[in-house]
Amino acid sequence: MNWLGWISDFLSDPAHRSGPDSIANRVLEHLVFAGEALLLAAVLAVPLGLLIGYTGRGVVLVTALTGVARALPTLGLVTLAVLLAGVGDAAVLLPLVALAAPPLLVASAEGIRGTDPDVRDAARGIGLTHRQTLFTVCLPIALPTLLAGLRTAAVQVIATATVAAYAGLGGLGRYVVDGLATRNFPTTVGGALLVVLLAVATQLLFALLIRYASPPGTRARRTHPMDKESI
Amino acid sequence: MDGEPLVRWHWIGDHLGYLGGLAADHAVIALVPVLVALVLAVPLGLVCARFPRLYQPLAAVFNVVYALPSLAVFVVLIPYTGLATMATVMIPLTCYALAVLLPTTVDGLRAVPESVRQSAVAMGYGPWHRLATVELPAAVPFLIAGLRVAAVSSISLAAVGALIGRGGLGYLFIDGFQRTFPTPILAGIALVALLALATDLLLVLARRVLAPWASGAAR
Amino acid sequence: MTTRLVRTLTAAALVLGAAACSSSGGDPLASGSGSAAAKDSGAKTVVVGSANFPENVLLASIYSQALKAKGVKVEEKFNIGSREVLYGQLQSGSLTVLPEYNGALLGYLDPKATAAGSEQVNAALKEKLPAGLAILDSAAAEDKDSLTVSQDTADRLGLKTIADLSAKAGELAIGGPPEFKSRREQQFKDTYGLTFKEWKPTGDTTANALKDGTIQVGNVFTTDPRIVQLKLVPLADPKNLFSAQNVTPLVNKAGVDATASAALNAVSAKLDTAGLTALMKRVAVDKEDPSAVAKDWLKTNGLG
Repeated sequence: MNWLGWISDFLSDPAHRSGPDSIANRVLEHLVFAGEALLLAAVLAVPLGLLIGYTGRGVVLVTALTGVARALPTLGLVTLAVLLAGVGDAAVLLPLVALAAPPLLVASAEGIRGTDPDVRDAARGIGLTHRQTLFTVCLPIALPTLLAGLRTAAVQVIATATVAAYAGLGGLGRYVVDGLATRNFPTTVGGALLVVLLAVATQLLFALLIRYASPPGTRARRTHPMDKESI
Repeated sequence: MDGEPLVRWHWIGDHLGYLGGLAADHAVIALVPVLVALVLAVPLGLVCARFPRLYQPLAAVFNVVYALPSLAVFVVLIPYTGLATMATVMIPLTCYALAVLLPTTVDGLRAVPESVRQSAVAMGYGPWHRLATVELPAAVPFLIAGLRVAAVSSISLAAVGALIGRGGLGYLFIDGFQRTFPTPILAGIALVALLALATDLLLVLARRVLAPWASGAAR
Repeated sequence: MTTRLVRTLTAAALVLGAAACSSSGGDPLASGSGSAAAKDSGAKTVVVGSANFPENVLLASIYSQALKAKGVKVEEKFNIGSREVLYGQLQSGSLTVLPEYNGALLGYLDPKATAAGSEQVNAALKEKLPAGLAILDSAAAEDKDSLTVSQDTADRLGLKTIADLSAKAGELAIGGPPEFKSRREQQFKDTYGLTFKEWKPTGDTTANALKDGTIQVGNVFTTDPRIVQLKLVPLADPKNLFSAQNVTPLVNKAGVDATASAALNAVSAKLDTAGLTALMKRVAVDKEDPSAVAKDWLKTNGLG
């Protein structure tokens, strides 16, 4: 098996240079699916998570709900959505939102719950309203945790969006599925590689974001306490 | 979908044995890899906890592994392990589970406070004795937390194996899709979710038994 | 310690796997895989495979049960991929029997093949197949590729045959299975002078996409019950671009003996297009299990 040969075959295929099956177009489709799904999931999950984290109410419900949502198989949701809604954006967005929402919900709730109660009391003590405490004190402290949840969701969505191609949708999964159907390994491997590159790039991007989003006072605590004490 | 009802209940009633068989197949395909990954993660985690320099690159590799689209990995494995065989689906699932379990194992092994470790040393515990009686038990809640994530995602991912002929309950998705027949798809989604929840419940119970002090600590 | 655990786990997996196979034993869809092979590993097991669409699963089910009725040990690997994937598995011996369509198989082995009639196609196939593989008798039943449009499109553009598309193709999107474009694009250009606006891989949803209007022309199989259900119009093919597509068993010679060949040829002798479409209606519209439909057909024809 000549991996480098496969990759160069994939890159030199004229169909992958321009038109609907071009690498640029497939990457764009993939990013648009993933971006839309993340945005929608964030709009749904983050406010709810913040509220739950701040009030401490509904934690059990959220744990149960996210457990169920995590267990839903994406392939099943995609096939069902295509049967019910037809080939289109809805069919790919629904399963990806179901995938992205649980980690976002958990991360936003945990991030807020993780803020030091003394800090919150102090904020209330100097006369901030609950709303002000949540948004100006707790949220900045919770931001790294929230971004970490967003990173998990983004990587999962990017890797899983490939499954949508089975039901006739676009994105990088097209290469994987079409390559399998025509026993064209260069196409499959090239598509898979692009997905991995996207996922790794996403992780790096979030690593940077998390670094800059950490409030100066909490940045030092982010390093693992055990890192330096090797046994 | 014209005229096709969302659920044909009698189909489910007529196919209970069939659905049970697929669910059992699914459980094996999805969960044996998680167990194998656990068996691999503990020694690997020990090595990584001792040699943090080794852990960084290894963690990076597994981060990439986790991002690999499962379908692509199945396809690439077919020439080596065969089409529609269990190995083709189970090998990648083992890698995904290991990618989740290795960091949680390392975190767990590192979670013993230095003072506790020093006390054990002071009491004359050798490295193996310390490992067996202090460090491993302390890692149990972390391991189980990792197992919960790994098991649920493995159960969900195993369904994708149906696209290469071996996906347990995933067969219901492609069969239903091909025949414009939502009943098997819904039954499949429900059974996958049930299997995942049942596994999760078992792991929560296992934590209560194995690490009663940790309920609530490591979610 | 680790190896022993792995071994124990593997053993546990095998036991559970066997249990999984046998626990579905009372069900009409049960494959009986494994259990048959496990009892007597000395006798040769025929592995019947099928491509990933319901009719091929139904045909494979008919083959499998016809073989079992003659006492042949069978393992089923259904719905596992496209021809490109399955053919390699047959050559390597992982699969023994596949329900094939003679024209499509010839087109795969020799993309430049021009044979269109059943007998020509089979003659050409016998030349092109490698030494290890063989086709058995073809059935009268045919499931041809077609270019199909919705009733609306046919009325609006006045379409009856593929040739009528020539003036309009540039404005129309065409859909089919993922492999459709690489197989056919050049042939449409050469035979009918057609260049379509866009190719969409609509896969199993091609018929639905025609109705939605996502595509205007689609590659739908002639036995697809959705043609009737969704009021679609398959266009005539005056230049025989789509060749004969008789249902034909393709076998790995080393894996089938005289009994097995006779059982499969007996199926071919009875199967015709009307019969196959009726069976397909039961599978795809009435949602009956392919294996149950196959069993009925075999019984009716004295082969079960």
